[in-house]
Amino acid sequence: MSDASANGALLDVRGLRTHFELRRYGFFKVGTVRAVDGISFQLGQGEAVAVVGESGCGKSTLVKTLLGIHPPTEGEIRFNGRDISKFDAATLKWYRSQIGYVQQDPYGALPPFMPALRILEEPMIVNGVKDKAERMERINTALTEVKLTPVGDVLHKFPHMLSGGQQQRLVIARAMILNPKLILADEPVSMLDASVRVEILQILRKLQETHGIGVIYITHDLSTVRYFSERIFVMYGGKLIEHAGVRDLVHHPSHPYTQALLEAISDPDPVNATHMKKVPAGEPPSLVNPPSGCRFHPRCPHHMPGLCDAEDPPHYLPRPDHWVACYLYRDGEQARQT
Amino acid sequence: MNVADAERLLEVRDLRLYYRTTKGVLQAVDRVDLDLPRNRSVVIVGESGCGKSSLSKALLRLLPRNIAAFDGVVRLGDVDIMKLSDERFRKDVRWIRIGFVPQAAMNTLNPVIRIGEQIYEALILHRRARTKAEADDKAREGFKMVGLPADFLDRYPFELSGGMRQRAGIAMALVMEPDLVILDEPTSALDVLTQANVMNLLKRVKSEIKTSFILITHDIATSSEIADDAVVMYAGEMVEWSDAGRFYLEPLHPYSQKLMASVPTLHEDRELSFIPGQPPSLINPPTGCRFKDRCPMRFDKCEEPPPMFDTADGRKVRCWLHE
Repeated sequence: MSDASANGALLDVRGLRTHFELRRYGFFKVGTVRAVDGISFQLGQGEAVAVVGESGCGKSTLVKTLLGIHPPTEGEIRFNGRDISKFDAATLKWYRSQIGYVQQDPYGALPPFMPALRILEEPMIVNGVKDKAERMERINTALTEVKLTPVGDVLHKFPHMLSGGQQQRLVIARAMILNPKLILADEPVSMLDASVRVEILQILRKLQETHGIGVIYITHDLSTVRYFSERIFVMYGGKLIEHAGVRDLVHHPSHPYTQALLEAISDPDPVNATHMKKVPAGEPPSLVNPPSGCRFHPRCPHHMPGLCDAEDPPHYLPRPDHWVACYLYRDGEQARQT
Repeated sequence: MNVADAERLLEVRDLRLYYRTTKGVLQAVDRVDLDLPRNRSVVIVGESGCGKSSLSKALLRLLPRNIAAFDGVVRLGDVDIMKLSDERFRKDVRWIRIGFVPQAAMNTLNPVIRIGEQIYEALILHRRARTKAEADDKAREGFKMVGLPADFLDRYPFELSGGMRQRAGIAMALVMEPDLVILDEPTSALDVLTQANVMNLLKRVKSEIKTSFILITHDIATSSEIADDAVVMYAGEMVEWSDAGRFYLEPLHPYSQKLMASVPTLHEDRELSFIPGQPPSLINPPTGCRFKDRCPMRFDKCEEPPPMFDTADGRKVRCWLHE
């Protein structure tokens, strides 16, 4: 919404939809899963945002569409002004050399039969870094930056010889090796122990700051977000429903879903044992037959019949630089829809 | 709390569970002591590989074949259940006196049998009900307790969402009216909102019936939801044992302190830190204190293995600083 919406945006996503067709019998279609259903946002150069949502809200599909793994059903993705949603081979190859991907499960993401050296060297060979000395130097820098030192010890190890935290650092080093402009991190710490999570997030954060890389950090865990990014998108049922700065969102959550999400997260505190949490019952919506209107309305404590279930709420601006898709704020200013 | 509430239910002394592996003997649970009164809950927290799941397996005697050592005293009420034969243990203890909600309980239901049938079978086999009608009554009661509609008993597991299946798993343990329920990471596979709902459910159940809970988890923030006592495990050993009120505010052991400092908090601003290094191998654990290589307070004495010290305020900690 901010100044990043000008042409200088690193990533400009407009009206993105990714639908998957369920099985079909002859000409009879069973239905479609609307995993990503109308998402627009801009990401500035070197900016870090977090996308928060529960499982099944479409956040991983969003990442995979942005990576060029799933073709978008509709909409436009522009990277540095270049349209990449057409999926022609040359553009994709260039685009993929510009982005890094940090997967959720580090062990599954690393080929078990390759030593670290080979894992890091291969992307450079594929992308035409011909000079062996340069490749070694870049591997050295990348491993030092993710604190996998001493480098010489790590180079000849296979993934299974590394601990979970070290594997994830190797994945980050691999994502960094081509000096990308953008890193997509899909739940990078959810498989790791609490004691190493913080370190991985700090490494990612430092890389983002020193190299001016844009980062999209996908997570279900709101409590880690504030240690990582300035802006948060909240996603529910395939749509973005709230966007704000981290501080603003934590102190003034506006969408009833965001409020419930914040209420549900515990801090370690013995007081927790004495009271119940106020969270709505029910389950996340089906993406095959999503509820009409606002997708949260069947679970929402503020549900207004005739309004919430009729039409998709537009984006309102209850506070500066903080928009929310909820009719509770309909008296306020409406945000410019992108 | 009246006198009957405070009666001791579970007493564990010197419990050991070692596994045989190709690289040597792995000391998964090493001389653990634990006391649990009736109607109280204890959470066991620790990083992966610290032996917390092995501890639950040892209490339930659900063991793999490669056992190198399995001994100690586990007294449930006034019976030493370690002395029972496997057959007696199966008939009298497992599922009857000690219930179990396994990790990802939602995936432990048989997919081709209706949920109701699975619960009736357990009830009848363990002699908690004589007829199917009686079992049905009990199962309905159990479903009501966990907030599921009773007609869901006729459904197949795939017709329920993850959170509902988790509730069904909890109901299945509760209908047996056990004295103790062991929950192994009951919410870690669930969404944040569903997780909060399941925690609410456990809190309510705990206040309604006189069951004790052992909650095993790596999620310290969520564990504070139902903890009366807290136990920290590190490298197969218990390193701290404290009441929840003081544990979450000021843990004693340096490891617990570092662990607590690494938990991200949402509602307050706090600098996070992480624990450098990795937990030691359980095959040849270091002599002396097992945390000494990562400990910021290390001193000469740490080369000797510290015993469990009782502090003046009634907590226990395995650290020479509290000698």
